[in-house]
Amino acid sequence: MTATRLKRLALHLALLAGVLISLFPFYWTAVMATNTTRDMYRTPPKLVFGPELFSNIARVFENIDFMGSLLNTVIVACCTTVLVLFFDSLAAFTFAKYKFPGHRALFGILLLTFMLPAQLSLIPQFVIMVNIGWVGTVKALIVPASANAFGIFWMRQYIKGAVPDELIAAARLDGAGFFRQYWNVALPAIRPGLAFLGIFTFIGAWNDYAWPLIVMTDPSNVTLQVALSQLNTSHNTDFSMVMAGALLAIAPLVVVFAVFARGFVADAMKGALRG
Amino acid sequence: MTNTRTTPPREAPPGPRPAAGRRRGALRTYWPHYLAISPFYVLFLVFGLVPVLFSLYLAFQHWDGIGDMQFVGLRNFEFLVKDSTFWLSLYNTFVIWIMSTIPMLFLALVLAVLLNSSVRFTSFYRIAYFIPNVTSLVAIAIVFGAVFSTNQGLINAILGWLHIGAVPWLSNEWTIKLVIAWLITWQWTGYNAILYLAGLQAIPTEMYEAAKIDGAGPVQTFFRITIPQLRPIILFTVVVSTINGMQTFTEPQVLFGGNASINPNSGGPGQAGLTAILYFYREAFSNNDYGYGAAIAWAVFLVILLFTAINWRIVQRRDKGAA
Repeated sequence: MTATRLKRLALHLALLAGVLISLFPFYWTAVMATNTTRDMYRTPPKLVFGPELFSNIARVFENIDFMGSLLNTVIVACCTTVLVLFFDSLAAFTFAKYKFPGHRALFGILLLTFMLPAQLSLIPQFVIMVNIGWVGTVKALIVPASANAFGIFWMRQYIKGAVPDELIAAARLDGAGFFRQYWNVALPAIRPGLAFLGIFTFIGAWNDYAWPLIVMTDPSNVTLQVALSQLNTSHNTDFSMVMAGALLAIAPLVVVFAVFARGFVADAMKGALRG
Repeated sequence: MTNTRTTPPREAPPGPRPAAGRRRGALRTYWPHYLAISPFYVLFLVFGLVPVLFSLYLAFQHWDGIGDMQFVGLRNFEFLVKDSTFWLSLYNTFVIWIMSTIPMLFLALVLAVLLNSSVRFTSFYRIAYFIPNVTSLVAIAIVFGAVFSTNQGLINAILGWLHIGAVPWLSNEWTIKLVIAWLITWQWTGYNAILYLAGLQAIPTEMYEAAKIDGAGPVQTFFRITIPQLRPIILFTVVVSTINGMQTFTEPQVLFGGNASINPNSGGPGQAGLTAILYFYREAFSNNDYGYGAAIAWAVFLVILLFTAINWRIVQRRDKGAA
């Protein structure tokens, strides 16, 4: 073996060690979720998959309203994603392609809102939710999250590059009004950008914890992340069952991510680098 | 926005320009545009600006959320300054931030440099390194709790197998912080590595070739070219990890939520994992002390602002020294 090949091998070994650390917790979650808690107590512990996955999952279903909380999470994640895609891309299209009185100041305000940390508004937001009767409902999770500065900012950059001005001018000559220009010209041209923003939003909504923990005050009607945390609090001696719950909470997202991963990582970096 | 005499924009719009009504009211001409951008501003007003102002008002009140508000002046802040738990939570937050950010950004840079010199499988590595960042923090905090459990955790099982004594990871003041820091490091190293990689790939190869011709070694090249060229991205990652690190909440909240013998929001034994935001959450939403909670939130916000500014200055100055 030549020196360069040895070097290359060492390089890949180092990188693979990183991959191992990155992925090991997933493997270990699956190991714990497919064995009994007693297997975990053993010295040395069992390091391979066991046959207990379904009995562990069955106990998850007995102890928390898994399907109910999953349904809540799916509703919240899907509604938030659809609304964010619509509101953010529409606003981004407007900022990217039109000049109207105050557009600069309005966009400046949008950038300033990045600076306000969430915890400053948490208590009043909760008070508002109490007063309009949204506490404990998914509305409290969806509506405040249905448009955001990051998405508008990211989409504006994207639309500037993806939608040629000539295309809009041509549509206008054909008699298309503003909303038709958005719907018929811009939207078809920005599908890849929508895919990224959609996955990004979906993942964020799926994993959100602090706000659902505060506002979903009825313990029997919560999101998946809050339910998982409850499971951990009340049944933490049943390790393998809690791990089965964790596995169920992680798995759908890892699948979503794996399907879209290639473009997603690159797009996420573009967003961050522009930020 | 109701100013109907606003003159049309000086620059002609690149796209459509309303043919009629150059002098008509802006609102009448541009109403579709204002309507199109309005959802964000309405939501921000209702769920952002009004709450922030209201929380400033609350910081000077005593309120349990149900009864009448009571104006207390600066008493919340006077109490805050003398509140040893608040200072402990700030201290914890800083220690965890240092324990996580320094190894995280260092490892990320190493990974990025390695990735940059590897030609094959780059997209596989990038995906594998990014996955922790999209994983449910609640789930992974529970998994870390299991892995570092004193009696039945994998780490102590391995240590026992190697005839090393068990470490009480989740009950010692320092190891509690270490486990939280490792969790943050695990989740964010890949994200930062991929950011650095994007920055490395943007450095023109001519710069390296020129350095080679000038007789620069790899170490010199790294510190004289790579680091200065990465400066904006390093600045970005430092700022982002400062803001995120100062708001650490879910990790300790979930990690010690399973310990029934203590208050689930106490941050573990000795409150060693009690971060500033966890303390805020406990005061506001467990103890229903909204006025004091708002005061903590504002204090933490000012600390974040100050600390971010300091880090910004440090990174920029170091760059000037190197250049």
